[in-house]
Amino acid sequence: MEFTLTNFIFYGFALMTIASALVVVTVRNIVHAAFSLMVTLFGVAGLYVFLQADFLAATQVIVYVGGILVLILFGVMMTSGRLEMRIHIERGQLLLGGLISLMLLMLLLTVIANTPAWKNLTDDGTELPPTTERIGELILNGPFLLPFEVVSVLLLVALIGAALISRKEVRDE
Amino acid sequence: MTLQHYLVISAILFTLGIFAVLTRRNAISILMGIELILNSCNLNFAAFSRFMTPPEDISGQIIAIFGIVLAAAEAAVFLAIILAIYREFGSIRPNEVDTLKG
Repeated sequence: MEFTLTNFIFYGFALMTIASALVVVTVRNIVHAAFSLMVTLFGVAGLYVFLQADFLAATQVIVYVGGILVLILFGVMMTSGRLEMRIHIERGQLLLGGLISLMLLMLLLTVIANTPAWKNLTDDGTELPPTTERIGELILNGPFLLPFEVVSVLLLVALIGAALISRKEVRDE
Repeated sequence: MTLQHYLVISAILFTLGIFAVLTRRNAISILMGIELILNSCNLNFAAFSRFMTPPEDISGQIIAIFGIVLAAAEAAVFLAIILAIYREFGSIRPNEVDTLKG
């Protein structure tokens, strides 16, 4: 593979994603893990840009980095005393979990390397038009209208459920 | 870039997420592992949509958007449950929440 600027940036994003994900799962301080998760999410957004999924990349940044990450940091703030900031890990569990994950990774990589239908599919570099218009068309005027409505109901249910679960209990008099 | 590049990245993210869920003893760290797993799924959807279907077909990206929405809803409910557990038990270590344990 020739060494072009595009390849360089792609491998940069890939390395950034994987390295920060490694930090997320290994570091002991939960605040450090949360900020490292932010780098991972940005890296995945960059990979979406390489897949020419511009709307998806923007959504990833807005929803994950702007929403879920803030939510996680709030959770850390509200539940962590000085002791809880450090994540407790047991050695036996670490070994067993590492073994299982490693075996899973080997399995996945074998499948990826040996599936004939997935071989030699290169990015031909054709530039596609922006996807936002077509996504809007497919969601609001196409086959994805029903899933879209179902998801909106689900979001409402999650909103009410989260508010109900996390509020303080009110005693009846 | 080939499809396999993206699949390998996604497989590594998925494995790291599984590792976090298996070994971490803090509910919020487990949530972070779940977020990594969901991200790897979405990346797979987008990659397959780019390489396996004609370029004008972007259904895979829409599925990935639905995945992001589900992840957001899941994170909100997860953190609400964590807050309730913290108020009840004073800790969010999953192995200390054992009222139902026989």
